[in-house]
Amino acid sequence: MANLAEVATEATIPHTRKRRRFHSLRSHWDLYLLMVPGILYFIIYKYVPMWGIVIAFQNYSVFSGISGSEWVGLQHFKTMFGNSDFYKIFTNTLLISIYKLLWGFPGPIILAIMLNEIRNMLYKRSIQTLVYLPHFLSWIIVGGIMVNVLSPSSGIVNQLLTMLGFEPIYFLTSPDWFRSILVASDIWKEVGWGAIIYLAAIAGIDPQLYEAAIMDGANKFRQILHITLPAMMGVIVILFLLRLGHVLDVGFEQIFILYNPLVYDVADVIETYVYRVGIQQAKFSFTTAVGLFKAVIGLLLVMMANRGAKKLGQEGIW
Amino acid sequence: MKLSRSEQLASGINHVLLGTLGLLALLPFIHVLAQSLSSHDAITTGRVTLWPVDFTLESYSRVLQEQAFLNAFQVSVLRTVAGTLVNVALTCLLAYPLSKTYIKGRSTIMFLIVFTMMFGGGMIPTFLVVKATGLLNTFWAFIIPGAISAFNVIIMKNFFQSVPLELEESAKMDGGSNLGILFRIVIPLSMPAIATITLFHAVGHWNSFFDTVLYITDRKMFPLQVYLRELIMFNQSNIDNNSGYSSNMDSALLALESIKAAALIASTVPILIVYPFLQKYFVKGIMLGSVKG
Repeated sequence: MANLAEVATEATIPHTRKRRRFHSLRSHWDLYLLMVPGILYFIIYKYVPMWGIVIAFQNYSVFSGISGSEWVGLQHFKTMFGNSDFYKIFTNTLLISIYKLLWGFPGPIILAIMLNEIRNMLYKRSIQTLVYLPHFLSWIIVGGIMVNVLSPSSGIVNQLLTMLGFEPIYFLTSPDWFRSILVASDIWKEVGWGAIIYLAAIAGIDPQLYEAAIMDGANKFRQILHITLPAMMGVIVILFLLRLGHVLDVGFEQIFILYNPLVYDVADVIETYVYRVGIQQAKFSFTTAVGLFKAVIGLLLVMMANRGAKKLGQEGIW
Repeated sequence: MKLSRSEQLASGINHVLLGTLGLLALLPFIHVLAQSLSSHDAITTGRVTLWPVDFTLESYSRVLQEQAFLNAFQVSVLRTVAGTLVNVALTCLLAYPLSKTYIKGRSTIMFLIVFTMMFGGGMIPTFLVVKATGLLNTFWAFIIPGAISAFNVIIMKNFFQSVPLELEESAKMDGGSNLGILFRIVIPLSMPAIATITLFHAVGHWNSFFDTVLYITDRKMFPLQVYLRELIMFNQSNIDNNSGYSSNMDSALLALESIKAAALIASTVPILIVYPFLQKYFVKGIMLGSVKG
């Protein structure tokens, strides 16, 4: 009898498990159905292109398709690493990105601390409203404003320069100036937006800490140095690692809008190159190889950034 | 609280610096606005800084009568409305089941979605898929290739998870179906999060231009951003670099400056109109995004 019961339980365990799984499908089939369009989207427009990367190892022809195109192994990668253009766009990508990081990263932190010290709420809100706004404009609009403001003949910047007795500067066509313009317009557009997350971090600080510090005779500067900044450190580290992980994503829409043949030497980056050579000259396979190089490095960097964040005792990016 | 002398000084400097920053954010707009309201002559001679010279509304009337501008504006409005609807609907439909622990394979699906944020096929393979699915030069090219953002799926999934389970359970007791619970209870409760992603998608559609550059060659289908790019950028190098242009040609091209300025302002207005709503929701949006799930 005991034996029988044992057999029975043994038999029913996998059975109920199977039934439970089946039960989930049966009672929630409509929920599974809801996911179908979304899953199809990710398969077709995200995962099929990943599979499409194989054309980097082919001489892809639109007419023969992936199955009919000739396989060439690593030939495109050899061409890439032997091509001086590749080193130029890689250097440009890294340099522009690092300049933006060096100049652009501290901006929002400083802005958040400064905003936090304003006691007059109306003044604070007004400044916030003004500095957040450019984030919502497209790079086309911001680019148009830059072209307008920096115009050698009618722009306000060159009007000022002429007034001060300088020659007008052709900012957007000058290789010396172009990267600085990229960095400056990027800061102009994003500094306010970037400050929001730091302001939230500051808002989470326990006011008692400040009260205790004041009791101990700490002035404003010491409070910022010993309370505000340390409290922001976690967010700062996470965002810094995140930026490092995306160091090859250089803000290509901005460059695409503002650059022109006169500054290709200093402004051409991986993605603008892939667009020009890949789409416009239809060199699909070669530029897919270039894109793959960027994507793989990007993935490695993000994974390293995440591991770094976890090592430092942060929650990690995902 | 009493401030020391040096603290008062620092606070004063802080106020002035922030005021300057606020002005710096505003000045370029005012410059462009002033140009859009000035005569061609005043602009070309470099006399317009922050106040209109020879005030005129002519550029605006010319822009607003320009068929290409109106057409582009219409395309932008259409893609923004239709695209945002698709974005929000598909995002919610995908995110809701993923927020339920009883859905099998949810963590695998979630991982595969998050993975697309870190690695992708890149521009060329994606272009080839869009081409193969027959979207080139169709209105769908604006909508389908960017139909769902992985990041917003995470946001919505986390928000759906925060809806109290008790509500759902009691609705089930009362005989509510899965879909009934989603549409009558969960969606209405999730309106703040939905408003946030709606606004972000809408701004994204309004500002988007690179999908058009990649997928659309038919000029009749150009949205506002691409129209502006043609108007502003492609004249730019002609005007500023080639001093070889005859003075006649020069002035003809430069005469466009006020038109460009007017078109810029006219395209910014819709963003300015929704800006108060954006401001209300975007802080919330950033915070939602930082919730881990």
